[in-house]
Amino acid sequence: MREIKAALITEKVKQLFLKISYEIGDDVLCGLRAGKDKEISPIGKAILEEIIANDTLAAKEGMAVCQDTGMAVVFAEVGQEVHITEGDFQQAINQGVREAYAEGYLRKSVVSDPLFDRKNTQDNTPAVIYTDIVPGDSVKLAVTAKGFGSENMSRLKMLTPADGQQGVLDFIVETVSLAGPNPCPPVVVGVCVGGTMDKAAQLAKKATMRRLGSLNPDARYQALEEKALEQINASGIGPGGLGGLTTALAVHIDWYPTHIAGLPVAVNICCHAVRHGTVEI
Amino acid sequence: MRKGEDTMAEAKRIQTPLTKEKVAGLTAGDRVLISGTIYTGRDAAHKRLVALLEEGKELPLDLRDQIIYYVGPAPAPPGKAIGSAGPTSSYRMDRYAPLLIEKGLTGMIGKGLRGPAVIEAMKAHQAVYFAATGGAAVVIAQSIISQEIIAYEDLGTEAIHRLEVKDFPVIVAIDSHGNNLYETGRKEYQNKK
Ligand code: SF4
Repeated sequence: MREIKAALITEKVKQLFLKISYEIGDDVLCGLRAGKDKEISPIGKAILEEIIANDTLAAKEGMAVCQDTGMAVVFAEVGQEVHITEGDFQQAINQGVREAYAEGYLRKSVVSDPLFDRKNTQDNTPAVIYTDIVPGDSVKLAVTAKGFGSENMSRLKMLTPADGQQGVLDFIVETVSLAGPNPCPPVVVGVCVGGTMDKAAQLAKKATMRRLGSLNPDARYQALEEKALEQINASGIGPGGLGGLTTALAVHIDWYPTHIAGLPVAVNICCHAVRHGTVEI
Repeated sequence: MRKGEDTMAEAKRIQTPLTKEKVAGLTAGDRVLISGTIYTGRDAAHKRLVALLEEGKELPLDLRDQIIYYVGPAPAPPGKAIGSAGPTSSYRMDRYAPLLIEKGLTGMIGKGLRGPAVIEAMKAHQAVYFAATGGAAVVIAQSIISQEIIAYEDLGTEAIHRLEVKDFPVIVAIDSHGNNLYETGRKEYQNKK
């Protein structure tokens, strides 16, 4: 049994949210630069340049890449040999979020009751936390700060098995097309095919957190990722939605086993401000 | 001619207040640098403004020839005038915007699509819709010199702020004739490589 103090988890969560809020990953910057080089729309090119300048400046100045510093989402893999001491695991994570958003001058964007009160919780908690118990004696955390301009443009559909590949492809492309300029293109598209309704949504979120441009190991899914990206970038939506070739930087498709009667597909859209990171304790 | 080619070369500079004459000189696709005073407002503040108007009461600000920027800034770090301050999605203000335009509002800054009722009001009363780049929040914050809350302090980031700006970068997305770059730009680059 390995003991891990709750306070250590809080500290790691805090550091991670501070880092991702200020620093856009190399993978995303690389994708933005490649998009800029290929962009033929002058306005589109200028917008990509503005975004790259923004991301560079944010890291330099220690300012949030975007004012919507998102809702905190945490995927935790807790080794079954780990004993968490001196505190509660979920509270430790929320405390890390609370400290990062307070000390990092990040915007608090979470309201408690969503329908009647809509009262800001003032500390950006609670986080959305998924916990898996896995073999081993470490805790792995994968986190994302998810902006809602793009979250609001996400969709899920329970397709039938007969809808097949074409059905999945059409639904992905249609979702990005309907979203148009609203999710701050260029976007990163996270997709999960299969599972149950909830599982598909959860893994679609996780797919947005894959390293940009990483491919599904299965060649058939890879082909689907490429086809979806190509069709999305033929939509003309472009950077900022004002026309151009760079509508999406990547499409990441993952899957989960499903029921004989079903073919759920969830499409989680993330803006170019893809903020995600991992830590192992 | 490819849209934007000439306009990207040179930005138009605009000083507030944004009179209807100035609005008439703006065309979808124009790059514009705004200087002067603008106001912030998003969902909650719009709801209150429209409720006041419906009750026939006075607004906390005179909307004539003014610009509202749809933004909920991040808190200002020490030594900065404002935190990151990029645009939020405009469609959520669509329900309120036509009435504000009727009351004299001439400019809106946000990101993303607008509904037909907003565009009709813009055409009827000569107003313009500017797009700021979503997620370019630090670059935009650099053009904001100062901020001051003028109403609804209890709304926190959603309170109405008066901003003094210098060369605030935007693009005319929809002009007062209803020309819409979101539509024409998208069509122009559809199926291009
Ligand atoms: S969608 Fe993303 S880039 Fe756009 S405002 Fe929201 S968090 Fe920022």
